[in-house]
Amino acid sequence: MKKSWNGLIWIGVLVTVLGVVSYFTFFINFPVLRDFPWVNLPMIALGLLLLGVGVARAFRQPQIYRGKIFGSVLGVLAVAFAGLFCWLIFFGAKMPPVGHGAPQAGQFAPDFTLPDSRNNSVNLASVLSSPFTPNGASAPGTGAAAGQTAGVVLIFYRGYW
Amino acid sequence: MRSFEKALPDFDSRKIRVIAISVDTLAESEALRQSQGYTFPILSDANDEVIKRWDLVHAHGRQDGADISRPAEYLIDPSGKVRWANFTSELTVRARPQQALAAVDAMNGGSPSKGGG
Repeated sequence: MKKSWNGLIWIGVLVTVLGVVSYFTFFINFPVLRDFPWVNLPMIALGLLLLGVGVARAFRQPQIYRGKIFGSVLGVLAVAFAGLFCWLIFFGAKMPPVGHGAPQAGQFAPDFTLPDSRNNSVNLASVLSSPFTPNGASAPGTGAAAGQTAGVVLIFYRGYW
Repeated sequence: MRSFEKALPDFDSRKIRVIAISVDTLAESEALRQSQGYTFPILSDANDEVIKRWDLVHAHGRQDGADISRPAEYLIDPSGKVRWANFTSELTVRARPQQALAAVDAMNGGSPSKGGG
């Protein structure tokens, strides 16, 4: 009897590889999916699962399914590949320790003036001393609203490249 | 930052401005605001001047080797003093707006201010 090629193994390998590669080629462009691989991790898990089922049935029913040897080899490679990906994302992506000069709680924040994305000049001190304008309404520190600004939340981020 | 955008009403009710900073150009930041629907301002520190002064540089942090800002979140009070600072050690973990709001409420005397809508 001709043995089945055991397509699950091949599909599993394909899905696993695609799960890793597509992170760097495609999903990295989406901030949310870059910061945490919401699509890629499930994809890789699915690939490994299919591969696992394929290899398992090659061992259980070797008279029907091929793949005891090449399935095991591919399985080890796929797990290593997935492991490398996870290491890169979760450990290779460790941030450097914060510099000693970074202002800490209780210290005064160095003032600055920078342009916003519409080229309005924004000065931290003047935002802090201005009447409050709701977020999203206009450039900070412009226009009058009820009450003084109670503070500023600054979000430094890596940028979206 | 999406979670901060969603929480803007909670910051509004506490009279807190939310401002983001990166080394992206004005055009890049504006494109990000448009595509993600962010309404808070994004400041452009294209010359790394502020992130250097604040010692928040992640040297060669970008894929092309450019220096960028490491992630950090601050609450600054009206006198210019830092009331809360958060420095993540992992790329995938960022401050949640709830942490910043809790810091605001602590600054305001420990009891959550009214609002949320």
